[in-house]
Amino acid sequence: MATGIKDKVAILGMGCTRFGERWNDGAEDLMVEAFQEALQDAGIEKHEIEAAWLGTCFDEVNIGKSAIPMAQALKLPNIPVTRVENFCATGTEAFRGACYAVASGACRIALALGVEKLKDTGYGGLPGFDTAMGTLNRFILPNFTAPGGFALMATRYFAKYGISPEEGKMALAKISTKSHRCGALNPKAHLRKEISPEQVLKAPIIAWPLGLFDCCGVSDGAAAAIVTTPDVARAFQKNPVLVKSLQIAATSGEEMLTTRWDGTYLKTTTEAAKRAYAEAGIAKPREELSVLEVHDCFSITELVTYEDLQISERGRAIRDINEGFFDLEGKIPCQSDGGLKCFGHPIGASGIRMIYEVYNQLLHRAGPRQIPDPRLGLTHNLGGIPSFSVCSVGIFGL
Amino acid sequence: MVGLTAYGAYVPRYRLERKTAAQAMGWLNPTVWALAGGEKAVANVDEDSITLAVAAVRNAHNGPDPLCGALHVASTTFPYARRQNAVIVREALNLPEGAAALDVTGSTRAGTSALLAALNQVASGAVRRAWVAAADVHRAKMGSADELLYGDGGAALAVGDEEVLAAFVGSFTLTADFPDHLRETEKPLPRSWEERWVRDEGYLSLIPRAVGAYMEKAGLSPEEVAAVIYPCPYVREHAAMGKRLGLPPEKVADPLAAQLGDTGAAHPLLMLCRALESASPGDHLLVVGFGNGVDVLHFQATDAVVSFQPAKTFDALLARRAPLVPYEKALAFRELTPVETGIRGEFQAEPPLSVLWRNRRAVLGLQGTRCSRCGTPQFPPQRICAVPECQAVDETEPYLFSHRSARIFSYTGDNLAFSLDPPQIYGIVDFDEGGRMMLDFTDCSLEAIQVDQPVELHLRRKYHDAHRGVHTYFWKAVPIETPQR
Repeated sequence: MATGIKDKVAILGMGCTRFGERWNDGAEDLMVEAFQEALQDAGIEKHEIEAAWLGTCFDEVNIGKSAIPMAQALKLPNIPVTRVENFCATGTEAFRGACYAVASGACRIALALGVEKLKDTGYGGLPGFDTAMGTLNRFILPNFTAPGGFALMATRYFAKYGISPEEGKMALAKISTKSHRCGALNPKAHLRKEISPEQVLKAPIIAWPLGLFDCCGVSDGAAAAIVTTPDVARAFQKNPVLVKSLQIAATSGEEMLTTRWDGTYLKTTTEAAKRAYAEAGIAKPREELSVLEVHDCFSITELVTYEDLQISERGRAIRDINEGFFDLEGKIPCQSDGGLKCFGHPIGASGIRMIYEVYNQLLHRAGPRQIPDPRLGLTHNLGGIPSFSVCSVGIFGL
Repeated sequence: MVGLTAYGAYVPRYRLERKTAAQAMGWLNPTVWALAGGEKAVANVDEDSITLAVAAVRNAHNGPDPLCGALHVASTTFPYARRQNAVIVREALNLPEGAAALDVTGSTRAGTSALLAALNQVASGAVRRAWVAAADVHRAKMGSADELLYGDGGAALAVGDEEVLAAFVGSFTLTADFPDHLRETEKPLPRSWEERWVRDEGYLSLIPRAVGAYMEKAGLSPEEVAAVIYPCPYVREHAAMGKRLGLPPEKVADPLAAQLGDTGAAHPLLMLCRALESASPGDHLLVVGFGNGVDVLHFQATDAVVSFQPAKTFDALLARRAPLVPYEKALAFRELTPVETGIRGEFQAEPPLSVLWRNRRAVLGLQGTRCSRCGTPQFPPQRICAVPECQAVDETEPYLFSHRSARIFSYTGDNLAFSLDPPQIYGIVDFDEGGRMMLDFTDCSLEAIQVDQPVELHLRRKYHDAHRGVHTYFWKAVPIETPQR
């Protein structure tokens, strides 16, 4: 019987670059910046790292394939370095690799680093899916983008619950407005201006019904975590942040190959969350969780994620949004660092950037964004689009 | 008895008002104002003569046709000079692999010549049923008369010897190197000689000569003929020809210049489709193709003519319309002028042709699988059933989706994806008998679609990789417009 990963791995140190249009920094610069901060935070020497995982997604416009770019940039001394990629769950996937290495006893200290240099494409938004989905899909998938893929979920959600476009767009606008308030307080965020729901509603449409402010930014960035066993960690700090659960769920294809899925939720998030709560021993997530960092690539994603994570009842997320449940001062603040909305989404970095925020909240290092007495934090990534997705859920606590 | 057993036309949804083109280009060539009445049909950005041919056949007959022994596709504007166009049409229609496929091209007479060849093929007993499809999608120089005269359209006819709705009676052919329109093999745009000469020495001389010769040979008088169907993009000369043949105006089929323009190789067949809808048993119909000579084909409607109807009648095809504005959009659709696509629009992933070959039945034929154990249709084809409680392995049968009814599950209009007709509209559709696909939508506007709306599936060009010279085709959803919307 598997015992899970709960309390087998501790975070020794973390680092995160400022996210943004880092026109004059390459991926190597970003990796060094995040890594040096993590190394300093952990208080160890580089040679103590026994294995490393690199998470990066769009190698075509970024650093290329393999783990070599990181091994070289950080001058890691011929240790095992692995590159992983799992769409937008890439960062958490790298973190999972490092944690499993430590939990298995194969390594004492391991590094996970996620990086993405996105602003060398020459256009806004993510690179197209043309080459990302395999050769057959070049012939049969529509000419779609990420915002369009998620807009399909907004259309479904509004239709299923009988929500008018105006009402639905206002609820989504409140999600983005809430995240911008947090982003404005965070010096590492890319977008640091507060916005109003009215601004959100007036913004140009990117993919109906989603407008500009329903979409997260596109940025360059890197984030890193150094993990070890709880015993080793306790030699450095009294109360280290422990990994309570790490789960990944990839679609079996059921959503698109059958007509059972109703398009208003993520099957992968729902399944990953169930398993994560079981692994972490959480019975009532709405009561037990203190802070959420969810994959708000688009406002609608955040909305359905509230439901998929069993925080809001199905179809009732808008009520929680309207009551300020997820605001920084609310019952469970969501995106206390500003989220993807304000950080942008350098794919490989995002998952670890979320863990960085939860880590800082749990250690009471979040400055003006600090949540009183946090106990358990959850991170969530969603790769692909709702009709074919891969989801990661991480839970962290003291 | 050999003759026509089914027919169907296809008209693209966009219409360009000729006035729009004259307003744009009259400064260069003021004579275009004389041609500026009415409108013409213009293929959408994702249509070409292959997709129009497929749409026309599917209007005549929805679903596979295992009896088909030959397919003739006629066009002067085929996308490919090498890679047979007709066989792409055959794959899309799921016609038998054993059916012959032929491209017929080189002249606007190609449509009638293809029909004649198919009739002779069936008459000879070589095949039981042949399909003929003709389509043209025109490109013309800005400011030319051709730009206003020619429209885009398609037509298809089935030829057989059972359940014939119009019997083939006879034919007459005159071939002549009358070089009115020329296009060199490697050149994108045609050139034509002086219009007066084309009208007087071409249409007005050759068509009456050929039709007269046939009627004399067949002993047919103008009184016995119900309709004579001949193309001519010049309205006045079209009417004058009727007089020259001794026909009263009501026996001269409307060339549809005001609604469609001359659809090239498709035009006589398209006009024939329209005439057959209102033909009475016993009617004699003469169909004339023009271009480097003249074909005259003589049909007589049978009792069966009243019992056949294409999926969309000609009036329904004409009623489905959307104005194409501004003028520049028509140029951009036909790649006649460079436009800023943005860097996102520049990128084109290589379409690997070995992948296409391996998956041709899925890509061109929209063939998926149905689980033999639980009956769930799935696309693309699967080895292991996706139904969690089934998961049967290799227990599948081929399953065609293209002719089945489907509804919109969800949709969006995407302004980030590059499109020459933004926004890029796409979504997920559910088939009424099971199966789900994420597809591009086409021939629709974002404001006029909604969840649960029925859609039809149409083969369209997915993209044209101009750099590598590859046209890629796949199926798109066309939302069915309901009259009240």
